Amino acid sequence: MEYEVVIGLEVHAQLLTDTKIFCGCSNKFGETPNENTCPVCTGQPGSLPVLNKKVVEFAIKAGLATDCKINKRSIFARKNYFYPDLPKGYQISQYELPICEHGKIKINVNGKEKEIGITRIHMEEDAGKLSHEGIDRNSSYVDFNRTGTPLIEIVSEPDIRSPEEAAEYLKQLRNTVVYLGICDGNMEEGSFRCDANISLRPKGSDKFGTKTELKNMNSFRNVQKALEYEIKRQKEILEEGGVIVQETRLWNADKGITESMRSKEEAHDYRYFPDPDLLPLIIDDSWIEEIKKSIPELPYEKEKRFIQQYKISRDDADVLVSSKILAQFFEDTVKYCNDPVAANNWIRVELLGSLNYEGKSIEECKLTPEHIGELISLIKKGTISGKIAKTVFREMYETLKKPEQIVKEKGLTQISDEGELKGIIENIIKNSPAQVEQYKNGKTKVFGFFVGQVMKATKGQANPQVVNRLLKDMLDK
Amino acid sequence: MLNIYEKGILELHNLLKKKEITSKEVTEIFLQRIDELNKDINAYITICADIAMSQAEEADKKIAKGDINPLTGIPLGIKDLITTKGIKTTCGSKMLYNYVPTYNATVYEKLLNKSIVTLGKNNMDEFAMGSSNETSYFGVVKNPNDLERVPGGSSGGSAAAVASNQCAASLGSDTGGSIRQPAAFCGVVGLKPTYGRVSRYGLVAFASSLDQIGPITKNVEDCAVLLEAISGYDPKDSTSINREVPNYFENIKKDCLKGLKVGVPKEYFIEGINPEVKSTVETTLKELEKNGSEIVEISLPHTEYAVAVYYIIAPAEASSNLARFDGVKYGFRASKFEDLLDMYKKTRAEGFGDEVKRRIMLGTYALSSGYYDAYYLKASKVRNLIKLDFVEAFKKVDVIVCPVTPTTAFKLGEKVDNPLEMYLNDIFTIPLNLAGNCGISLPVGRDSSNLPIGMQIIGNFFEEDKILNVAYNIEQLVN
Repeated sequence: MEYEVVIGLEVHAQLLTDTKIFCGCSNKFGETPNENTCPVCTGQPGSLPVLNKKVVEFAIKAGLATDCKINKRSIFARKNYFYPDLPKGYQISQYELPICEHGKIKINVNGKEKEIGITRIHMEEDAGKLSHEGIDRNSSYVDFNRTGTPLIEIVSEPDIRSPEEAAEYLKQLRNTVVYLGICDGNMEEGSFRCDANISLRPKGSDKFGTKTELKNMNSFRNVQKALEYEIKRQKEILEEGGVIVQETRLWNADKGITESMRSKEEAHDYRYFPDPDLLPLIIDDSWIEEIKKSIPELPYEKEKRFIQQYKISRDDADVLVSSKILAQFFEDTVKYCNDPVAANNWIRVELLGSLNYEGKSIEECKLTPEHIGELISLIKKGTISGKIAKTVFREMYETLKKPEQIVKEKGLTQISDEGELKGIIENIIKNSPAQVEQYKNGKTKVFGFFVGQVMKATKGQANPQVVNRLLKDMLDK
Repeated sequence: MLNIYEKGILELHNLLKKKEITSKEVTEIFLQRIDELNKDINAYITICADIAMSQAEEADKKIAKGDINPLTGIPLGIKDLITTKGIKTTCGSKMLYNYVPTYNATVYEKLLNKSIVTLGKNNMDEFAMGSSNETSYFGVVKNPNDLERVPGGSSGGSAAAVASNQCAASLGSDTGGSIRQPAAFCGVVGLKPTYGRVSRYGLVAFASSLDQIGPITKNVEDCAVLLEAISGYDPKDSTSINREVPNYFENIKKDCLKGLKVGVPKEYFIEGINPEVKSTVETTLKELEKNGSEIVEISLPHTEYAVAVYYIIAPAEASSNLARFDGVKYGFRASKFEDLLDMYKKTRAEGFGDEVKRRIMLGTYALSSGYYDAYYLKASKVRNLIKLDFVEAFKKVDVIVCPVTPTTAFKLGEKVDNPLEMYLNDIFTIPLNLAGNCGISLPVGRDSSNLPIGMQIIGNFFEEDKILNVAYNIEQLVN
């Protein structure tokens, strides 16, 4: 039987606020354990939460960017469960009335555009971190620095139909929150985390099959691999006439499989109820309008525009818009050289290649769009050849000197002077009678030999077009 | 002339101001009084003599410089679920028998800024769950009027301390009557402010949507002074309300009985009220009528559901509020356990008393999946109807008057095995916590066993000034 895959994703994004969601403690990572704590985020008796306005602003931004309805009235609720990293014995989250609902995100898989629905976005606090040390790991420590770090949870509709779509959806969502400046999008470090609900159903059926929930996938690649594995696993069970057990499964990246964590029966009853310590959150229209104005062009739209406006391929545009800074770098470079295709090539191949080699990101790049734009202009004007330009690029990358300056200092200007080149060519023809003979006998491949000799004689500075023309003229004479 | 320890806040203030006595002397007198009485009455869990003496010394320095307010150098008791930095705060529970807070409750900070003297932390029902002060891990508190009787609860230690002159006044907290009922049983004045009037920051939560801190004092004037000192918006408490604090003391003596519309809810004078309580309140009402007040029968139709609603909402919130007591971070942890789950189970089994466990179980059940709608959600809706009862009533009357409790103080052990009967004791106080409005408990007489009888004056939202004014006028009549 043919099966249809049904996937819904739940994403937790850590928000880049200065302070925590319900107290004034710093939201910075990597501090000494329990350094950034206070009575509120360690759950001292009598302490009370006060909502950080910035968190609400960021959640609204996420909602507006994903076409959600912003609820003017939303409610914080307590999710009750016991765990040592949860100092109050409950997590403050949103349940029945989240801040954002009914949104959507566009994705593009193999050139086909598709919308994935967003069920809801809600705000909540993160828990602390446990570590187990000592012989037999019998000492446990808890660090509350992360407790109270603001999160938004973004829940998709079960609209995703393949692991590729899931990866594409995640990429769009990640790029969006990074563009908005509300999350750093780092999956490896856990500031952008994803759980997946997945089920299969006979193709054409409109009823959902039994789903499993997958956790512990800390990269795009792992999400895709875990989903692929789970599809295979569920398919095998169904094809043997078995039934899928509703359960939570953990992705084991080392073994490349998913493993059962807990069954539906073992699932917690979180006993959600409205948090009496926090009043209903009321948001007025003028604030929403104000936030709307701060939303930049988003990656999906930017990618579409790049393809249209600059006539570059989807793959190229995809790479360029993956970072807002990179996209801006590209557009600024085009302004300097007016050649989008060359700008794309130089940025993607040389610039990103060099940065990659050093393990740096575009944010750390010291070279400016002006550098690359002018380099391209020098090629277009014929001042230097493309080959020489690579040398100039290396120099420019190391020293940050302007390309003209490097060309001038190193005497790299291209030789286009026909008189000078003719002299050199005449000399080469005279000294290579055997090759000239071969050429005359129709072995035109030997032409490359002559070009090489000219380049050698001019240290690569000869203008290739002029050389080609002159050589042809003189050899064919 | 009264003994020094019999004096209230303002009387002591006058002596301090005239420099007829120092705060140090006053504090020594109270500490000695506590030393004599605490073994019998058990109104204090922690006595902080050293802190009290050094605070008194500081207060005296200020007074010498002429820097004095009505609370400067006044020795107070604080209910032991209000956090006091560096001073043990046990909530009357084994669970927090050794807990020393790292921060001050907003109300305590406000009082420290007024240069009060902290005598100690008052005994209470465990986590404020009880109406008799018999659930405290630190032993029962006895009623100073009759040592065989309960002082009421949960602020039993506070009320007993004030009634037996072991402090000039005290702070209590009220979730279903926990200030007003012990005040009535002990024969002192106790006020539950409007929800949001006083910051809850640093009040160890029992039921967050019902809890309010309030004063327990020897007279209405003191009550006004102490209420004013602790009231006001607190940015650390999202449920506190940003509304100006009136000068409660200033207008208290104004004549107000003439033309005053006094509502008497017919649902509150039901069968089962002790006849002496009923007749004493009725006598007071007649006095009011004689003084020009208009007695109006009103209806609060949803009263009969109040106790049921309360015993869903309060335990539900409590079950969540008390989840933090898990042995991980502070307080009691069971000494022997197998693993994490076992540590939770043993810590909570050994650390909490029966009444607390009973309410945690009730609340957990009420919030459970499949029962939430039938219990918590339904209760929340009825709660709103109870609130609307008061909103409607206050369109017709200025204040509402009724007994505080159906009976006077009962005997120790009398109701301890019958939780339902114990719960019904709060039948007249609970509706206010559900609705959110303010009420004051005022002693208006004594029964044939010479036990105090309290009358409750209920005010509209944020009309503490009005009930204090009415209470003062009645206090004058009764005396």
